[in-house]
Amino acid sequence: MLARALLRRVFLPRYNRSLSQSPRLLQVQEAPKLLSVWIDDKMVQVEPGTTVLQACAVAGVEIPRYCYHERLSVAGNCRMCLVEVEKSAKPIASCAMPVMEGMKVHPHSDISKRAREGVMEFLLVNHPLDCPICDQGGECDLQDQSMAFGSDRSRFVDNAFGGKRAVEDKEVGPLIKTIMTRCIHCTRCIRFAGEIAGVQDLGTTGRGGDMQVGTYVEKMFKSELSGNVIDLCPVGALTAKPYAFTYRSWELRRTESIDVLDGVGSNIVVNTRGEHVMRILPRLNESVNEEWISDKTRFAFDGLFAQRLTVPLARDATGQLRSCSWEDVLSRVSGKLVSIQNPANEVVGVAGALADCESMVCLKDLFNKLGSESLYSETPVHIGSCGNDLRSGYILRAGISALEEADLILLVGTNPRYEATLINARIRKGYIHNECEIAVIGPYMDLSYQHEHLGDDPAVFSGMIRGTHPFGKKFSRAAKPVIIVGEGVLARDDGAYINNQIYMLSRLSPVHGSDWKIVNYLHTTASQVGSMDIGYNTADLPDLSSTRLLYLLSADSVDVTRDQLPTDCLVVYQGHHGDKGAHIADVILPGAAYTEKEATYVNTEGRAQVTQAAVKPPGEARDDWSIIRALSEYAGHTLAYDNIDELRERMAEISPTLVNIDTKQDSCFHSLCVELLYRTSPKHKPYQTPISVKLNSLADFYMTDPISRASKTMAQCVQAVKQADKN
Amino acid sequence: MTYRLSSLTYTLKLLRSSYRVFPPHNTAQLINTSSALRSHGGLVVHRDTNENNPDTPFEFTPQNLRRIDTILKNYPDGHKSAAIIPILDIAQRQHGWLPLSAMHKSADLLGLAKMRVYEVATFYTMFFRKPVGKYHIQVCTTTPCMLRDSDSIVECIKKKLNIKMGETTKDGMFSLAEVECLAACVNAPMVQIGDNYYEDLTVADMEEIIDTLAKGEAPKAGPRNGRFAAEPVSGLTTLTEPPKGPGFQVRSDL
Repeated sequence: MLARALLRRVFLPRYNRSLSQSPRLLQVQEAPKLLSVWIDDKMVQVEPGTTVLQACAVAGVEIPRYCYHERLSVAGNCRMCLVEVEKSAKPIASCAMPVMEGMKVHPHSDISKRAREGVMEFLLVNHPLDCPICDQGGECDLQDQSMAFGSDRSRFVDNAFGGKRAVEDKEVGPLIKTIMTRCIHCTRCIRFAGEIAGVQDLGTTGRGGDMQVGTYVEKMFKSELSGNVIDLCPVGALTAKPYAFTYRSWELRRTESIDVLDGVGSNIVVNTRGEHVMRILPRLNESVNEEWISDKTRFAFDGLFAQRLTVPLARDATGQLRSCSWEDVLSRVSGKLVSIQNPANEVVGVAGALADCESMVCLKDLFNKLGSESLYSETPVHIGSCGNDLRSGYILRAGISALEEADLILLVGTNPRYEATLINARIRKGYIHNECEIAVIGPYMDLSYQHEHLGDDPAVFSGMIRGTHPFGKKFSRAAKPVIIVGEGVLARDDGAYINNQIYMLSRLSPVHGSDWKIVNYLHTTASQVGSMDIGYNTADLPDLSSTRLLYLLSADSVDVTRDQLPTDCLVVYQGHHGDKGAHIADVILPGAAYTEKEATYVNTEGRAQVTQAAVKPPGEARDDWSIIRALSEYAGHTLAYDNIDELRERMAEISPTLVNIDTKQDSCFHSLCVELLYRTSPKHKPYQTPISVKLNSLADFYMTDPISRASKTMAQCVQAVKQADKN
Repeated sequence: MTYRLSSLTYTLKLLRSSYRVFPPHNTAQLINTSSALRSHGGLVVHRDTNENNPDTPFEFTPQNLRRIDTILKNYPDGHKSAAIIPILDIAQRQHGWLPLSAMHKSADLLGLAKMRVYEVATFYTMFFRKPVGKYHIQVCTTTPCMLRDSDSIVECIKKKLNIKMGETTKDGMFSLAEVECLAACVNAPMVQIGDNYYEDLTVADMEEIIDTLAKGEAPKAGPRNGRFAAEPVSGLTTLTEPPKGPGFQVRSDL
């Protein structure tokens, strides 16, 4: 095991930083000398520590494998990657063998081929070969590799007598379906659970022919990243339970898109058949989500088929919502809009968690044309005087991928595990491979890695700044410290004060003012950074007692009741789900969900990304920006763009970052932002209320927005977690 | 091994063995469930039972906790998890077998994930994850013992205690298990009861051992045919004369 752990550290290039701990390996690093390796008589030069498998990849030869995965530790137990190496008595497992100078590898020799054929034959001895009823069929590594490398017939006839090995299925929760007989013991799921997800629930029990992969005791695989083992499983042993047996992989159309259910903006592939989303898979983006997505991203899409708003609705005289035509609702809303004498105070717009940048720009332009500046973001952000004028004052400046370089991370008022799952996976990666230390200010939480808990008292900062609190010293010694500030601070009324203290603390660091970005903000909704970029107000909602038109743009978490509004106030809800916002609305304009429109979202690190329309909006629902564009025409204040390209030009005028797609732009004027903060330091002491976090349990994680709240799968997850916690 | 038996014998053997773990209604489903049923370790998944569940009372005695402290000192920091096997052994000696709660306690002691302990406990067949009798008789039936008629020993135990393989007597005194080679082939046939090997057995020896144990006395461990250890039963055949003294075969002029 030790040897394996060492190999793992040495041979994965990304972990090179950990080499510096070993003086022997340090020498290798100090004198980087490329090694020459011959792959099928083709010479490649690779760094010392590269494995034979990686060297073959450099030479353009792909070695078949089951257990090897570049993001997991090397197990070397499937033996599929055996290749012949000259002067070696036996074929070697290329995934675990480091290259040596002058090594001659023959991945296409007879010995290599026969080795693979033998391994395939053994794997198939106990594999059920139920491909026709297996959900993995068509995208199964075992199928593909047995076609490419296996024998064309079986010599195994014993099953006519003894039968094949059969293993009972495991019940690991509502998301993962297990058919354990298909398992080939690659242990990828076990390593993922232990290394990436940080939940050591999976393992192997028994030995030899009796070995099983499972949990030993029946228990739920309680992880917010659990769905990724479905992608990792090279066979059909772990498949998706919610949509089992609903598609064959070759029937699906794939649309590359972006997830909007949290502030990370995970890259996804939306798989559709006809006008139906069948599943959502992760898409590789090293800067954002690597190749993982959270369970909410993966499984909440069934919420897109429930509670949808498909036709325009308007409340009639009896207070009943009735379906009507687009003309009716648009003229009703525009009639109200133009009738308002004093729009500056009487027209209020609120953008919610799922609002896209295009529609937010349209709404702001329309309101501005009418003379109203009352546009609010649903989630208030109190960060002090630079507000949302300076971008570097409210985004995750360092960037998600830089978090793995940090050596000390302080989480303030955030539980990234549930608020931004993939960011937590990054922090854990730093914790595992970079020996990053993590400290938390907030309630007790289970973050999947060890951390120091510094209490939840907002006064703790002053001790650190004065040097009386030991963490202050630790912080000032750190080479790459990061402070991540979450909604637990941003939404507080004294958030500006705490923010100020956080900046004072960041000044203790010697790298303060350098290129390393210490203070970072973690937003939990897809729209938040975009709305601040566009210029939505992030203060608390004003007094609504004189509001005559309240426009809710996908705003479903906004804390407004009809009692707060005057009786003649028209509440317009534009969005795609009949959730809280629609309940108080007089007029409902059915919009499109993120799988149905091409729309820009800015993630918490300030990276603008675009979703693509995988299916059409249902019924009479329309693209959100075009609804507002149509409304502007009805109201006689036609917006100056007729198509999405013109709208994007307008967005570029507002902020070039909005159209600089998939680029994390370095935020400028940070020093100005800091200056502003110091000069306008709020005088009052922080309140005594402890610092809290938005989401602190797995049960809370599953349902956070209209889509996941409408999802049956997510409801099952909540129930399963509560049940598991009870036991 | 068993795979080479004819299909009928094999199926029958599986059927027989499946009865000992499962109620009959599960048999059909489990005909193909392979060697998990034949093996000494039993199932490698846990099922809550009245006597074995997460709430089974188990606490290490203060004496055993001291033992564990001493054992932990053998392992350097960062490698304490290697102490899991001796700790599980202590738990098993204390409780007679290894309930789930004891695995959990051991995991807590070492700060290990429970699953990592399950993996160890299910890997080694000498951890009993089901209750066993006070005297757990493990009969070796691997080739050398089989050639020396271990079958008769098995039959003798079954008849005498009126239990089948894998079962425990009603009074909880004896249980019977079939094991693979225990590395005493030269003294075949043999059984292991507790920490003791009883070797060179005949049916009469086996009966005597069981009777003695039933009386609460300790039968004589080791070979039963008069040997001290593994020497030839008919006396030495080599090295019979005393060793030659100094100067043996050395040239006289030296």
